[in-house]
Amino acid sequence: MKKSLALLLTCILALSLALAGCSSSTSKEDGKGGGSGEAKGGTLIYGKGGDAVGLDPAIVTDGESFIVTQQIFETLVKYGEDNTEIKPGLAESWDVSDDAKTYTFKLKTGIKFHDGSDFNADAVVKNFQRWAKSKDEGKFAYYASMFGGFEGDEGHVIKEVKAVDASTVEFTLNRPQAPFLKNIAMPTFAIASPAGLEKEGDGFTKNPSGTGPFKFKSWKPGDTIEVVKNEDYWQKGLPKLDGITFKVIKDNSARLNAVIKGEIDLMDGLNPSDISKVTGDDKLQLFERPSMNVGYFGFNVEKKPFDKKEVRQAISHLINKKEIIDNFFEGTAEPAKNPMPPSVSGYNDNIEDYDYDVEKAKELLKKAGYEKGFKMDLWAMPVPRPYMPDGQKVAEAIQASLKQVGIEANIVSYEWAAYLEKVQAGEAQSFMLGWTGDNGDADNFLYALLDKDNIGSNNYSRYANDEVHDLLIEAQSTADEAKRNELYGKAQEIIHDDAPWVPLVHSLPQLAGSKTVKGFVPHPTGSQSLINVSLEN
Amino acid sequence: MFSYTVRRLGSLIPVLLGMAFIVFMMIRAIPGNPAQVILGQQATEEAVAAMTKQLGLDKPWFVQFWDYLAGLVQGDLGVSLKTNSPVSEEIGPYLMATIELALIAMIIAVVIGVNAGIISAWFQNSWFDYVAMVIALVGLSMPIFWLGLMEQYIISIQWDLLPTTGRDNIRDPVEAITGLYLIDTLMNGRLDQFFEVIRHLILPGLALATIPMAIIARMTRSSMLEVMRSDFIRTARAKGMKMFWVVYKHSLKNALIPVVTVIGLQTGLLLGGAILTENIFGWPGIGTYIYDAILSRDYPVIQSGILVIAFLFVMINLIVDLLYAAIDPRIKYK
Repeated sequence: MKKSLALLLTCILALSLALAGCSSSTSKEDGKGGGSGEAKGGTLIYGKGGDAVGLDPAIVTDGESFIVTQQIFETLVKYGEDNTEIKPGLAESWDVSDDAKTYTFKLKTGIKFHDGSDFNADAVVKNFQRWAKSKDEGKFAYYASMFGGFEGDEGHVIKEVKAVDASTVEFTLNRPQAPFLKNIAMPTFAIASPAGLEKEGDGFTKNPSGTGPFKFKSWKPGDTIEVVKNEDYWQKGLPKLDGITFKVIKDNSARLNAVIKGEIDLMDGLNPSDISKVTGDDKLQLFERPSMNVGYFGFNVEKKPFDKKEVRQAISHLINKKEIIDNFFEGTAEPAKNPMPPSVSGYNDNIEDYDYDVEKAKELLKKAGYEKGFKMDLWAMPVPRPYMPDGQKVAEAIQASLKQVGIEANIVSYEWAAYLEKVQAGEAQSFMLGWTGDNGDADNFLYALLDKDNIGSNNYSRYANDEVHDLLIEAQSTADEAKRNELYGKAQEIIHDDAPWVPLVHSLPQLAGSKTVKGFVPHPTGSQSLINVSLEN
Repeated sequence: MFSYTVRRLGSLIPVLLGMAFIVFMMIRAIPGNPAQVILGQQATEEAVAAMTKQLGLDKPWFVQFWDYLAGLVQGDLGVSLKTNSPVSEEIGPYLMATIELALIAMIIAVVIGVNAGIISAWFQNSWFDYVAMVIALVGLSMPIFWLGLMEQYIISIQWDLLPTTGRDNIRDPVEAITGLYLIDTLMNGRLDQFFEVIRHLILPGLALATIPMAIIARMTRSSMLEVMRSDFIRTARAKGMKMFWVVYKHSLKNALIPVVTVIGLQTGLLLGGAILTENIFGWPGIGTYIYDAILSRDYPVIQSGILVIAFLFVMINLIVDLLYAAIDPRIKYK
């Protein structure tokens, strides 16, 4: 016994000495780029809250996957660096026919996929055929929702995609679709290597190959995904980094701790309450993502008493948006008056928001016959979302506001998947939700969220107004931007008067990074290519 | 001992069957049609019907259960609805990460917990006894996420002693072979990485160890006190035996049985309960894997994940029972 105890103690001593020695050697290694990489750009460590679902952009629908696929893949056209204007991508130019039904793209030449095969018109055709012919809504959900279903479906927008020659692709549409270019710029419609798709089959989502600035290297599930510089990238001098490692750290505060410690270089999903920690640290910098979202308090207009416009308007007068933003967003949001954010073209700034006015609310309630108030269910989301860091707390604030006029709100919550499902099925009387835009088009807010076509889908308010419907459909099939903006402006007026929602906020998602990160421009869509980012001491 | 082991192994079969059945039924008791959930509310009826058939949900439950068992025997844990990959392929790395963490946490908990318990009992009502038991009480009631964040803030950021997150240095990642990084780094001949992995294990290991450590300390203390009051100990002391040997040899061996039970139970709990620690320390473990599956209603993953943890729990209990028999020869004759 004595001998073994002595042995144990010796071991512990040896171990602690070794650990101490190695701790000093690793802190050297912790330097950016692992020592030798400074001149070349180094490897950026990007901290995020969840693992990617898959790396085939056509299949996935979540932001945690897109932030990775956007480094590996490219689209025909892309968004501007900090807006949703359309810029050339893999296509260098394009022509639109007068009837807005034929789009002809001239492709860049000499580009190769990561697996060595050529990028050309055939590759584009094969990708679009892969989606259109699949008829698999479970797999290619975004294709179906952006282009009205699949080949042969009545509403399918794309009639034909054909290769005119090796570097020219022609899209023929069944009907004009105004946001067509913005749609194909979405990361989900990136062009994948047909050879890779054929070779890998279902495994493509774990071993992707595109034309992007970074190549896929490895994936440790739930932990890290590594991509490395594509040495043969077609844009000379880019990317600037040698590689990017995406590291999953679920807890927002823990992720910030890792940035402070220098273990990771950049993180998304900063808690508003942690902003002062970032601004107070001279080694860190704060990034603000332009807002392309809306958080709202919606009414089920099919359920009593919210079938009465006056009741909805009365409640609109009772919500103090400024107070909500100060208390729960640390001031990092702007009050919303429309169902879409000002960064999206077509926003109607002439609309005057319902002012905070308890007396007016009382009058309206009296008019509707609810002078003494009523009892209602207020559904609050159980998880933090980009547009709503704490749904429960905001619900409590709203609950207190409603009490002033005798409305007793009972806060209801479910686990997130069940919450969405039940709200979608129309079970909630009133509810809190939000939306982050996919492509920066007004259609993606107004039509998706408030058109009668989308009741049972994203129109959780079950709001149906034929006049609004006609305006939105007309805007959908008009290519003229000014005309479209006018139509959306009108639709917003009607929606404002009908008040199916109280639009609450457009939040500004915050990111934190080390001061060494240069050239990072957060994009309003929620994720972006890191092609221009570099690490400099 | 051999026949006891065989008997004990035989009794596992109904336990495992029952467990598989409960997990199987539990998942089916969740309201809503999984096919509808997977495809979303906009899916057509035909699509839902096709998916229902693909998942085998149109068959009677006992047929489904039989298919499920037949699959399990062949190592088929189903296919994840979210990633479309076989769960048996996916689950390995997550499981290994949790096992490594739980093992370290248990070693910390046992070494500190048992010794604190012994010393407290030895010097009953001394300042050490009071302090240790107060710490144990605080440890029991401390929220793990708070403790984890505090550890990070104080030990990693303020004192700059240990890394905050992950299993390895992200800038110099470990090449996984078995998934247990302590072994992998040695197999790769990377002693520097081996120590780096240990450094990464300490904080989450401590956070995860807190509760079992407190429980083990309290259990050891009371069990030791009881044994130390017994006649044979008094005799040993009267014969002039040194206190150290009385405590660590005679008393400890007899006090250990209830402690071993607690250790076994706590190890099982650690495997499933590591989720908060995993979230905070960026640890890619099975708790996180199942939690994500619950959020996205990935039924095959939930089902298989729970089953795998339950299986390990049963195995640990088996080991504990066999340990009893080894510590106390009377047990196997019962």
